[in-house]
Amino acid sequence: MSDCFTETIMKPLGDSALIVQLGEGISPSIHQKVQALSRLLNTHPFDGFIESVPAFNNMTIHYNPAVVYRTQRNNYSPLTPFQVVCAKVNELVQYVDETQSMETRVVEIPVLYGGEYGPDLDYVASYHQISAEEVIRLHTQGDCLVYMLGFAPGFPFVGGMDERIATPRRETPRLAIAPGSVGIAGKQTGVYPVETPGGWQIIGRTPLDLFRPDLTPPTLLQAGDKIKFVQISPEEYQAYKEKKK
Amino acid sequence: MTVKVLNQGLLTSVQDLGRYGSQKYGVIVSGAMDKYSLRVANLLVGNPEKEGVLEITLLGTSLQFEKDALIAITGGDLLATINNEKASTWRPILVRKGSVLQFQSPLKGCRAYIAFAGGIAVPEVMGSKSTYLRAEIGGFKGRALQKEDVLEFGEMNEFSTSLFHKLEKSSEDFTWAVNYDALINLQQTQTIRVIRGTEFDRFDDESKKNLFNEPYTLTTQADRMGYRMEGRPLSLAKEFEMLSEGVTQGTIQVPPNGQPIILMADRQTTGGYPKIGQIISADLPSMAQLQPTAKIYFKEVSLEEAEMELLKKEQIINEIKIGIRFKELY
Repeated sequence: MSDCFTETIMKPLGDSALIVQLGEGISPSIHQKVQALSRLLNTHPFDGFIESVPAFNNMTIHYNPAVVYRTQRNNYSPLTPFQVVCAKVNELVQYVDETQSMETRVVEIPVLYGGEYGPDLDYVASYHQISAEEVIRLHTQGDCLVYMLGFAPGFPFVGGMDERIATPRRETPRLAIAPGSVGIAGKQTGVYPVETPGGWQIIGRTPLDLFRPDLTPPTLLQAGDKIKFVQISPEEYQAYKEKKK
Repeated sequence: MTVKVLNQGLLTSVQDLGRYGSQKYGVIVSGAMDKYSLRVANLLVGNPEKEGVLEITLLGTSLQFEKDALIAITGGDLLATINNEKASTWRPILVRKGSVLQFQSPLKGCRAYIAFAGGIAVPEVMGSKSTYLRAEIGGFKGRALQKEDVLEFGEMNEFSTSLFHKLEKSSEDFTWAVNYDALINLQQTQTIRVIRGTEFDRFDDESKKNLFNEPYTLTTQADRMGYRMEGRPLSLAKEFEMLSEGVTQGTIQVPPNGQPIILMADRQTTGGYPKIGQIISADLPSMAQLQPTAKIYFKEVSLEEAEMELLKKEQIINEIKIGIRFKELY
């Protein structure tokens, strides 16, 4: 509750969105606030609210200024649409610290490490002068938190990987990375949901679909989830793939 | 009614006002590049404003009608012809069975829109008919149209039906058309209004000055996702670490090479480059009509002005909506 009543920083992102800053840097406690505001907005949307997009320490709120304007004109308010939205969001931010945090979901992600599906596993091992088995052990023991989704549908920005396997991106990005590829980029780890170009060190692949547009929600992971990577054998990988068909 | 694709042209896809509500999952908004033209096209045939339409890019698209159809063509002037005669645009028209509608060459602007009375019968995915090309969802089978595709249309409502019959009886086009001058600018050299971006103050003084004084040219790397611009390079006063955060259509971001990129309809949901500016919503449809090599000047306006301009355009669209209903009565 320390900074409960300090003015929240809100920056316009054009005339139809704004960014609410809820802290600096990356930490689970700031993430909790972002999640809390996200829930508050969904349960108490203002007129003209379109959607919110959480990031590491802030949240982008998209709104329709014409609807905001119509509503406030009916209330004889002299405020501009941006000012109206700021006031609404400020009200909600006051309750952020009091909002119960949701129970954290732990999502297990089975991964077939190395070989054809993890072409950079040996590079990561040699970069840190440890064995490939040790890389896998450290990767499966991480306390990984999904801070946000972005870049591609269902792509998680994950923090909390063991820093002993933090590895810089590849100097030359690959033109196509297969869906399900599990990679490392600096201190981050993540999974590619759809085929995209990318420079991450690819250490394995999961048979799970991270993006499933016909389901609600359309992604396996959501901001706020914890990830537990679990090593599987090629036979288990095949079994997962068979089950999906 | 149905329409057969004889030639898909450069890029023809089904788009509506966009797929909202799923950006938190990393699902992009998509939707028409020029939203004013989309909305007016739908209004002209009696559809709801947000209905899915075809977005035509530059040239080459050719469609054959397998039944009489009520349609409206708006957006850029891509020299639309019906059976090789210039088609009337920005008004409802009746296209006879067997006719061929072609887009011959971009005279003015970059993208045209065709609304079909009753809308395009494709399923909504996550609440939208827009085609998300990269993820292969939405629109027509999740992809751009191809030769031999056949599009089906929905049921016409009462208003569309009455327009249809009116045109069927008179055998001539309406003499009136919507004047789009107040909505979009199709010039290839123009001034685009911008408000300061969230990292504007992080740029050095020269860059701040250059942004609003020097021309920027649209390169050939310009598509539905974004426009790479070329002009005086823009640089930060001091390097700083930026985390990925939300972006939106019209965001002007600056990668390390200093050449700005303007995010358009198929932008990603988040980005990690500093944002020097933000094109005002009222000018985004004009932006969507620029062709590669177009030259633009950015003009700084305040947030309040941007909001006023947006409301003004909403007012114009509202007047068009009322006007169309009025025309139909008499």
